[in-house]
Amino acid sequence: MAEAASAPRPVASPGFGGAVARSLWPILVGFALAYAIQMALAPMLPDFYGKLLVDIGIAIVLGVSLGIVNGFAGQFSLGHAGFMAIGGYTAAAIVYYGSIKLFGTKAIYGGSLGPGELLLLAGCIAGGLLAAAAGWLVGLPSLRLSGDYLAIVTLGFGEIVRVLLQQTDDVVVAQAKAEATDWWRLLDNLGGGLGFIGGPRYIDAKNPFWVWLVVVVVCLVAYRMKYSNRGRQLLAVRENEIAAEAMGIRTTRAKVSAFMWSAFFAGVGGGLYAHELGNSLRPADLGFQKSIDIVIIVVLGGMGSISGVCIAAVAVTLLPEVFRSFSEYRMIVYALALILMMILRPQGLLGVKELWEVEWRDVGRSIGALPAWLGRAPGRAVAWLGGVGRDLARLPARVVSVFTGRDPDDEEGDA
Amino acid sequence: MTKFVSICIQTLTLGSLYALIALGYTLVYGILRFINFAHSDVVTFGAWIAFVVAGALGWAGTGSPVFAMPVILALAMGAAALLGFSIERLAYRPLRRAPRLNVLITAIGVSLLLQNAGQLDYLFGTQPQRMPRLLSEAPLFTIADVRVPTVDVVLVLLAAVLVVALQWLVFRTKLGRSMRAVSWNDQTAALMGIPVDRVVSITFMIGSAMAAAGGVLYGLKYRQLNQTADAVWVLLGLKAFVAAVVGGIGNVRGAVGGAFLLAGVEMFAAAYRTPQLRDVYVFGVLIAVLLFLPAGLFGKATVEKV
Repeated sequence: MAEAASAPRPVASPGFGGAVARSLWPILVGFALAYAIQMALAPMLPDFYGKLLVDIGIAIVLGVSLGIVNGFAGQFSLGHAGFMAIGGYTAAAIVYYGSIKLFGTKAIYGGSLGPGELLLLAGCIAGGLLAAAAGWLVGLPSLRLSGDYLAIVTLGFGEIVRVLLQQTDDVVVAQAKAEATDWWRLLDNLGGGLGFIGGPRYIDAKNPFWVWLVVVVVCLVAYRMKYSNRGRQLLAVRENEIAAEAMGIRTTRAKVSAFMWSAFFAGVGGGLYAHELGNSLRPADLGFQKSIDIVIIVVLGGMGSISGVCIAAVAVTLLPEVFRSFSEYRMIVYALALILMMILRPQGLLGVKELWEVEWRDVGRSIGALPAWLGRAPGRAVAWLGGVGRDLARLPARVVSVFTGRDPDDEEGDA
Repeated sequence: MTKFVSICIQTLTLGSLYALIALGYTLVYGILRFINFAHSDVVTFGAWIAFVVAGALGWAGTGSPVFAMPVILALAMGAAALLGFSIERLAYRPLRRAPRLNVLITAIGVSLLLQNAGQLDYLFGTQPQRMPRLLSEAPLFTIADVRVPTVDVVLVLLAAVLVVALQWLVFRTKLGRSMRAVSWNDQTAALMGIPVDRVVSITFMIGSAMAAAGGVLYGLKYRQLNQTADAVWVLLGLKAFVAAVVGGIGNVRGAVGGAFLLAGVEMFAAAYRTPQLRDVYVFGVLIAVLLFLPAGLFGKATVEKV
């Protein structure tokens, strides 16, 4: 009897309707949130801040999507801009040539949630799917190997995408000509090095709805992934791949699927980027530098933290605007931030924790300890630099010792 | 035939450059097991230092003395060795026991720092420059109607000398034995009395000096010196890295073999296929090698130990 009493009670199954409702409500809340931003916040903001709002949204989409593969799975991708480019060009081609063929115009067609915007949505999803397919192609060979290879293969992949896009033909500008040409013949008319120009720009300071809808979706997917079986698998792979494999996790499969999700949202983000007013869709803009910008967001925010990445995305988008006069030092500051972050706080701002999981008492204690730490910092820095200086002073003798075989630090010599 | 011979010669020169740079990647990977992303920037810095030194010494024109090139090359290699030492000492050594991902991110940080610091006005600036003509482009001899310029011959010979010297250093000297011991197992090496930190420092210095030699010779051959963050320079380092991976990273001889193989693929594909897509072929080779021979062409497959 005692055993039966201590057995766990079965949890009441929510039933099919309950499950649907439970899955649906965050999406409805997200939809409402995006719509509220569109209707309430965007009209109030001047265009400058409205555009920043859109830029922040796109940065969050790109950062959180990279965080899925970089943060959760611990795999290092340097080709995020390549996936962005695939998604962006696919969406741009679908929207530009699609508008001409379906609506007979190159301009914005239909109002909010109108047919033009639905075409944009379809284009972004198609771009995401194509990017995910590319992610599968790239990830399958490199994710079987250790992490460094993925970094280098994705880097090469980004360059290949850039070079291939530069080889494409000019955009067909004349509407009649585009209407007369079969759609598959237009696939090569993506603008080449000049970029895909002339498409309708659905997203602007007054219309951030789609961007923020995607922000909500990508955060939800990442959140659900993190706290599900799949996310636990990824974190296990990240912490110790061999141990994870020994626990029965199919590591390659887990990594490739995370990589594909990441590529999918990068593609969607690229589609949004391509249709934002004021952005140019040029191969040169979606190169290595762009990938690095996204990596910085993830590393600073915390590898594995969704809210941390969101905070970093906001900061990284706003800081250049604040410090516009120091623009030539921007990348130097980022580079130093990366190096110092890795030495002093390698897990990033929030680590794997979310904002609401942070132990504020610990944070308070850390802040309380900060003055003492800062007080000791100069002394430690001097000692450290002294060590470096001592090493530098001994360097010539050590280099000579390479050839003489005598050890300058060993008083007795090694003869 | 003429075209074929001419491309063979171009392959030889480009392959020598790749080999010089790839050796630095492979040495560092062999000893610390991480990709030194900042290596390609050391290449660029080496070339820029040579340019600045040549300007400061007034050896910019055609009337420079014969010893100008060796002096400038040696100074650039020395400066790059110091740079390599500082990078390792300041950025990588604090992370010696950290996870590899963190070291990789630091390496990218260092690379970004060098690229963007090099563009500052009081360092090298953002204007592209032309490397002074320190080596004659007059033909030295002719094979099958292809005139071989002096610069190509000197470049290949110099690279060969440096590569052979490195071989000797790694396989015939006490330092080389320490390097191989650290690469095999750094903790055991430390227990055997090998000063691991010093070996790592010297490895970085050797790799950086070779990289600077590659950069200077590249500048002398192709006479272009773009800003430090320019895609051409970043790609040069990347392709050398691909060469190291293709040959089997961590393998000194493999890096040289991979460099010539990759240069051959690039040059022949550019000459007989589409020249704009040469980088695509290079990275295609990388992906194919990773798919079918993950340890590289000359590398041995290793089992990861728990």
